[in-house]
Amino acid sequence: MLFLMAIAAGVLFAAGIFMILRRSMVKVLVGILLLGYAANLLLFNAAPLIRGAPPLIDPVIGVPTVYADPVPQALILTAIVISFGVTAFAVVLIRRAYAVTGTGDLDNMHCTDIPCESEEILSDLEDEIL
Amino acid sequence: MTALSITILTGFLIAILAPFLTRLMKHRAAFVLALYPLAVVIQLLALQPDTLTAPSIQFPWVPSMGLWMTFTLDGLGFLIAMLIAGIGTLVILYGGEYLRDDPYLERFFLWVIIFMASMLGVVTSGNALVLFVFWELTSISSFFLIGYKFEYESARAAAWQALLVTGAGGLAMLAGFVLLGQITGSFEINQWMQNSNLVQESALAPAAFILILLGAMTKSAQFPFHFWLPNAMEAPTPVSAYLHSATMVKAGVYLLARLFPVLGGLALWNQVVPWVGLLTLVGGALLALGQTDLKKLLAYTTVSSLGGMVFLLGLGTPLAVKSAMLFLLTHALYKGTLFLVAGGVDHSAGSRDIRKLGKLAKLMPFTALAAGLAALSMAGIPPLIGFISKEYVYESTYYYSNLPFILTGLAVLANVANVAVAGWVGIRPFWQQPEQKDEDLHPHKESLWLWIPPLVLAITGLFMGVFSQGTAQTWVAAATSAVLQEMSKVKLSLWHGITPMLLLSVLTLMIGVVVYLASRTLIPRLAAFWNKLSSVGPNIFYSRSMRAFLSVAGWQTKILQSGYLRYYIITILVTTVTLAVVTLATRYDSLPNPQWTQPRFYDVIFIVIIIVSAILVTRAESRLATITLLGAIGFSIAILFLLYSAPDLAMVQFAVETLTVVLFVLVIYQLPKYTKSNYPIHANVLHIIVSAAGGIMMVVLMLLTSAVPSNSTLAPYFMESSLPLAKGHNVVNVILVDFRGLDTLGEITVLMIAAIGVFALLGLKKGSKRGGNG
Amino acid sequence: MQRSIILPVATRFLMPLMLVFSIFLLLRGHNEVGGGFVGGLVAASALMLYAISTSPSALWRLLPLDPRFIAAIGLLISLFSGFISMFYEKPFMTNMWIEAPLPVLGKIGTPTLFDLGVYILVVGVVVWILLEFAEDE
Repeated sequence: MLFLMAIAAGVLFAAGIFMILRRSMVKVLVGILLLGYAANLLLFNAAPLIRGAPPLIDPVIGVPTVYADPVPQALILTAIVISFGVTAFAVVLIRRAYAVTGTGDLDNMHCTDIPCESEEILSDLEDEIL
Repeated sequence: MTALSITILTGFLIAILAPFLTRLMKHRAAFVLALYPLAVVIQLLALQPDTLTAPSIQFPWVPSMGLWMTFTLDGLGFLIAMLIAGIGTLVILYGGEYLRDDPYLERFFLWVIIFMASMLGVVTSGNALVLFVFWELTSISSFFLIGYKFEYESARAAAWQALLVTGAGGLAMLAGFVLLGQITGSFEINQWMQNSNLVQESALAPAAFILILLGAMTKSAQFPFHFWLPNAMEAPTPVSAYLHSATMVKAGVYLLARLFPVLGGLALWNQVVPWVGLLTLVGGALLALGQTDLKKLLAYTTVSSLGGMVFLLGLGTPLAVKSAMLFLLTHALYKGTLFLVAGGVDHSAGSRDIRKLGKLAKLMPFTALAAGLAALSMAGIPPLIGFISKEYVYESTYYYSNLPFILTGLAVLANVANVAVAGWVGIRPFWQQPEQKDEDLHPHKESLWLWIPPLVLAITGLFMGVFSQGTAQTWVAAATSAVLQEMSKVKLSLWHGITPMLLLSVLTLMIGVVVYLASRTLIPRLAAFWNKLSSVGPNIFYSRSMRAFLSVAGWQTKILQSGYLRYYIITILVTTVTLAVVTLATRYDSLPNPQWTQPRFYDVIFIVIIIVSAILVTRAESRLATITLLGAIGFSIAILFLLYSAPDLAMVQFAVETLTVVLFVLVIYQLPKYTKSNYPIHANVLHIIVSAAGGIMMVVLMLLTSAVPSNSTLAPYFMESSLPLAKGHNVVNVILVDFRGLDTLGEITVLMIAAIGVFALLGLKKGSKRGGNG
Repeated sequence: MQRSIILPVATRFLMPLMLVFSIFLLLRGHNEVGGGFVGGLVAASALMLYAISTSPSALWRLLPLDPRFIAAIGLLISLFSGFISMFYEKPFMTNMWIEAPLPVLGKIGTPTLFDLGVYILVVGVVVWILLEFAEDE
């Protein structure tokens, strides 16, 4: 099972990386979401996979002998909720960028507000320092 | 001592308040602000150390790392601190008048007081790292003060230059301090002195010495780093008088004097320091003779004098150290005066060109008096203290064991230049006819606060000369004792009888007067000569290296900062994968065998759903399909969580998945449509290879981590203590709200920030529409 | 677009149920599966269900407070729960419990308060974000 989980996480990582290399902003966002899933699975796999033994303390028996590691679970839980906030923020950013630039293509966006020619900035700096 | 260091540090607070005070009181704020240095003066006089035992105080800084803020005051620190605070008082009063109607007067006060506090910090620090911090603060305040007239490009360039040169030197000095710290195991300067034998035996000592010397040379404008100082004359005149003549540039000299007990015993000291100083002494003097601008004349002679002090410290004989200390005091008094006079002349007459100025004594009698006294001191004419100082310098070289005649000759040469420049700056503009008539100049009368400060300084010089056996003698003796680390007697007097030194003085004066009179022929020739030479000077080297620096920066930015997200990601990934592969290949002969467990039927189903959906997502060309596939992945993961003992996670994942789908449904039609990716094939192939490599690396890492037997003590700890310590049965929840509650607090703050971000980008524009609802 | 009648009617019953369920999740979170995060998410889902089945402005009217304030109050409650122990001269965020169990609520202590803050914040943030999106259409 561990092997299958690892493969699943690996495929999610690969797909996520592939998507954030795309030119479309929306695809980049999808890539980020995929990487989020992959990272959660990675954390989950960091502790031994145990079936049917959640980290709960029985009121009668006390601490069970077999239990799943609670630490990765606590880490993942907040990560899931935060990923929602981050997703929402990323979506808004993309929307605003799209509204302002009229394009969803990253290659058309790489110089919007500063002069694109780096030489120009440099020569200004040069004038300043010399 | 405690009171003094607290007063000094209060300066930073006063500096911050100064702009508000200036807005309230305009230039009259000077009278209030001058109380700060005055208070320091009074406290200094109360503490006046005359023995070797220096009072000191320690504040804890990072005690666990053995770092203490040590402040101490010995004779050396006292002498310079007196100059800083005393001249500082006058400069603040003067500056308030000089920049009276300047819109940026508040910045002048702000930075001058920051400088003052930092400089006092430099000379009272007993810990090298504290000294470094204050040292850099003086460089920064100097940067802002040189760039005070920031509308002018020349001022900005000069400020940059001073900052870069002194900042680079400061870093070198820090490296030297670190080396000394390594050798002695402490950053307390006191400890360094006590362990000076350790330092002298260490192989690291020469490197430490050279690095520290670089710091001193850049700060004190020693050749070949002297060029920033004349350029720094772009600063308003009170700043030049204060920072770039009387105090800040003395920091390098101070540093050498302070570390003389530590490093003075090195053979390198005697081989390097005197020559650096001598070169600067003579070079500065000759450069000065080619100038016509009052401030430039003074700047180059300042360079020369600083060279003189470094030279004397380099000689290192008790006599030379005495002369260095005396010279330091004397120079601050007369050079500070002359700078303030130059500012007053500039203010009244509207020019600083000595060829255009003349006959100002009638309009500015008191300025003329101050200038005359200072010029006499600079020229070394009795009964001013400059005379005694010069005699001492000659005595130091004349009785030096090595090359006494050459050294003395060069000292005479430098002093000849001093005599001439003293005349050009202090006498000629007031008493002689101008060489060139300039109809545009309409000199007006001097203002009160532009002549009182220089006159006070000049008269101090006169008193110290006439009553040389009083204050001056005590102060110089205390400073010398601190440098030599043994009680030293200093005897200052105007008359020693007819000695070789007196004859040299007379000779200096005679040649000096000749040079003074020959200005009309001499200045243009020397100026032309220096002009020709400047094409190979260090100034050119500075601009060349800056240009090279910028073009390298531009080149590497173009290479590394393409502006395309994918190149950054590919770079990061390829680096990570390579590092991981290298580590794995060198650390593991064979991959360890993880604990395999048989997968169950449901597991396989959901894993397959995840894998297939992930692959399909990369091929999907519609946004709706993408969202559906993402949902499928998310829900499958939630079920896996449920199957593998994480019910909390499963519930959260279900809820978030649902809400994410809602979110996407709400915005999907406002997002840009998918563009057909039109990468060339080879780019796509590269991307596939990179992502596959990343994925495989993660698989391998996961298998490796799970093969390592988990001996985490965290899980048992949390399981065992959850009930007794936190009274909770659900351990995941207990970790979230109790054991790691602070983390959770941070995380919900992040959520809040994300919501604020969404609101800021979307919500603000419709805030008014909503109105009463909210 | 023609609206189905089923959803609004179902929501009328579902939403209060879900809200009660979310509070149940919150309260039992310390001992059983549940907690502030999941409780808050369930409550937010309930409210969003209402917004979708009727309209975002209907949800606005239903809410006692602007979700911005709800989120801020949640954060402040969590933060405040950490300060309580400082009144008893213990370090920030030390847990403190009321000894006698209360009816219905069970044992109450600062972690319960903290979890309540998390719950309120999650409701506020999620509803806030989604309403921003819904209204921006």
